[in-house]
Amino acid sequence: MASRRLTEWLGRAVVVLLAAGPPSAALLARGFEARGVVALQGVMPETGGWQPATLTATVGESIRLRLTSSDVMHGFAIGRDNRPPVDVRPGQVTDIMLRFDRPGTYTFYCTRWCGPNHWRMRGTIEVTGSAVAPDVSAPAPYLALGIDLDAPHPSGVQPDGIPSAARGAMLEAGVPEAYFARDYVRRHSPAAAWRAFRGDSGMRAYSDQQLWDLLASVWRRNTSAAALETGRRLYARNCAACHGPAGRGDGVMVAALREALRAPAEDAVGHSRNRHTVAKPADFTDPDFLGASPVLLHGKIVRGGMGTGMPYWGPVFTDPEIWALVDFLYGFQFAYDPQGGQQ
Amino acid sequence: MNRYDLLRLPPVRAVLASRWPLLVIRAAALGGYLLVVVAGWVGTPVGNRNLSVVLVWIAWWALLILLAVPLMGRAWCSICPVPIPGEWLQHGAVLRPPPAGRRGWSLGKRWPKVLRNTWLQNAAFVIVTLFGAVVLTQPRVTALVLALLLLAAVLTSLIFERRAFCRHLCPVGGFIGLYSQAAPLELRVKDTALCAGHREKTCFTGSSDGYGCPWNLFPGGMVKNVNCGLCMECVQTCPHDNIALNVRPFGADLMQPRARRMDEAAKALILVGSAAAYSAVMLGPWSQLKTAAYSAGSAAWWAFALVFLTLVLGVLPAAFYLAVWAGSALTGSRRGGRQAFVRFAYSLVPLGMAAWIAFSLSFVFTNGSYFWPVLSDPMGWGWNLLGTADVPWTPYLTGILPPIQATVLLAGMAWSTGLTRRLAAERGPSPRSGRAAVPVILFHLATTAVLLWLLVG
Repeated sequence: MASRRLTEWLGRAVVVLLAAGPPSAALLARGFEARGVVALQGVMPETGGWQPATLTATVGESIRLRLTSSDVMHGFAIGRDNRPPVDVRPGQVTDIMLRFDRPGTYTFYCTRWCGPNHWRMRGTIEVTGSAVAPDVSAPAPYLALGIDLDAPHPSGVQPDGIPSAARGAMLEAGVPEAYFARDYVRRHSPAAAWRAFRGDSGMRAYSDQQLWDLLASVWRRNTSAAALETGRRLYARNCAACHGPAGRGDGVMVAALREALRAPAEDAVGHSRNRHTVAKPADFTDPDFLGASPVLLHGKIVRGGMGTGMPYWGPVFTDPEIWALVDFLYGFQFAYDPQGGQQ
Repeated sequence: MNRYDLLRLPPVRAVLASRWPLLVIRAAALGGYLLVVVAGWVGTPVGNRNLSVVLVWIAWWALLILLAVPLMGRAWCSICPVPIPGEWLQHGAVLRPPPAGRRGWSLGKRWPKVLRNTWLQNAAFVIVTLFGAVVLTQPRVTALVLALLLLAAVLTSLIFERRAFCRHLCPVGGFIGLYSQAAPLELRVKDTALCAGHREKTCFTGSSDGYGCPWNLFPGGMVKNVNCGLCMECVQTCPHDNIALNVRPFGADLMQPRARRMDEAAKALILVGSAAAYSAVMLGPWSQLKTAAYSAGSAAWWAFALVFLTLVLGVLPAAFYLAVWAGSALTGSRRGGRQAFVRFAYSLVPLGMAAWIAFSLSFVFTNGSYFWPVLSDPMGWGWNLLGTADVPWTPYLTGILPPIQATVLLAGMAWSTGLTRRLAAERGPSPRSGRAAVPVILFHLATTAVLLWLLVG
């Protein structure tokens, strides 16, 4: 009987050791592995987006992010930050270290076109714990000027041909310097500025098309080759998929947006979706685009929306980047020579 | 009788007649099972980089459906770790029964009579299939399902006697049980007269050497593999060495006229339909279907679930019933449509098993290379223990897989067709009774054509 009892206890010991050993080892490894590591999983927005979507960090302390993707390739970047984006490949682990010097709310976002709702793939990092004041951005200028971003902005006037900055540069001699001021340019749409030029008695000698050329030159003088290149790069990476490489509003994702129009009002993860919020992306080659001032465009980029599927880029782009993007957009109306700029 | 008793081989007998080998294997399997649960929960959420998904749904599934079930029937159940914790609590011991007077912590209730069938298993399998795309790809869901199965097994053991969970609830058990009828391995008694004359029936009631059949079977009356978990308890408790573990011809149970049941007939149809559904979702080119199946709880998923349930529980059985009814009409018989439906449903077993093998071949060989990275980095934490973490995904045997799948499906169809003819001949060898087989065979042909289209293209 004693030996039978001993055998039974031996059997129990074998069961406990064999059964508990592997999971215990895994939990032990987890204890070592998990210290200071934050797992961040990239999932297409249709099935959840970043998981988790909210992270926390402390000023001055490094956090290690372990990035993975469970479906397609994503990219990870932090908005208004000059760290280069990191590719997040499906089934692979990518570790990155982050450290923040100022408290605040930082937006991280996907940098790869992972699906029709790619732009929804964003999350935030709440950084706390420092006496240093948070980096508070100045309000967008459209707010100070009381511009209604959602109001139509017909141009009313339009050129007969493509305005040329190079041709306009040769006509600048008699143009008042005030028209070249950055503040003037940013507050006025090309159409409004053209009307001002037309009404200026000093510029009566110019033909309508010459005034458009002159306008293109004024707009070009208010940017730089570097800014236009920055704008081109940002546009190609973030805007072209919807607005099209030539700015005609015919990007590769337009079909998916149309599909979204037909999709149920609730997506796979239960996000309610207004059927009317997805419209054709803006066509920057449309003459009415000349009715939009740089401040208006800046505001549209910052805030997004406008009753369309336009994302908000305020937490993602820095202010100089947004202005560079605005400058680049006018290149769809004006013939710029990027290499021949001033400044 | 075309049988060979493996227990006549001393090494086999030594292993199976001792409690230790199976206990050690099952305990190790429990360790693996719990590791999978932990890995699924704390490891990477990326399915193909997590041990839980790769080990369970690629490695284990491959061994189960490609080797264990077709060749050894319910052999997996003999080493399955799920019942161990519950049985320990139920018996108060892990080896032999404790001395008289000492009992475990189970209420020891009998399983309700109305549920003494496999309908709950059928329902469980359908539910798992509805969430299959999620379960098979998401480690946390895999971990959750496995943990729930373990919990359910423990709770069932604490309330009911014997292995009620395995017999009546386990969705995998129902799957294995149905197809084990086709396997060339069976546990039977050598001499039924000896059992009849054995008053104590220790194989059912238990003795100091072992427990009464955990599967609630009397081996002396057993004619089919369906519910026998090959636990070898009766080998321990039979005082007359009257238990045999026979190698036998394939499919020997399928012509067994006794113990044909509607719940098993339904299971045969559900499994054929599920194999087609899995093939369409996991291997098919329809991204919307895939997305719907993955988006559990969404409107698209509900639509998928509705279509799946309609096809598997409505259209498929109705079509099969129509075929059986047409067969009866051709013979001029007016006898029991239900009886004929159940009888002919067993002809679906070879075709269904072939469908699952063909599906699994593609699934396993396409995804098999995920095993190498997981070997070095089981949790997906960026480790490289054995230097295989960066082995790229490479589908294996892509060139010869479609012909192999087609061959398996056609062999299953041929087997089902032959079986249908023999089942029809049960009602008499006349040419008229043979006509009953024709519509059922046409059903098999149509089903095979659909499966070939889904799996081979």
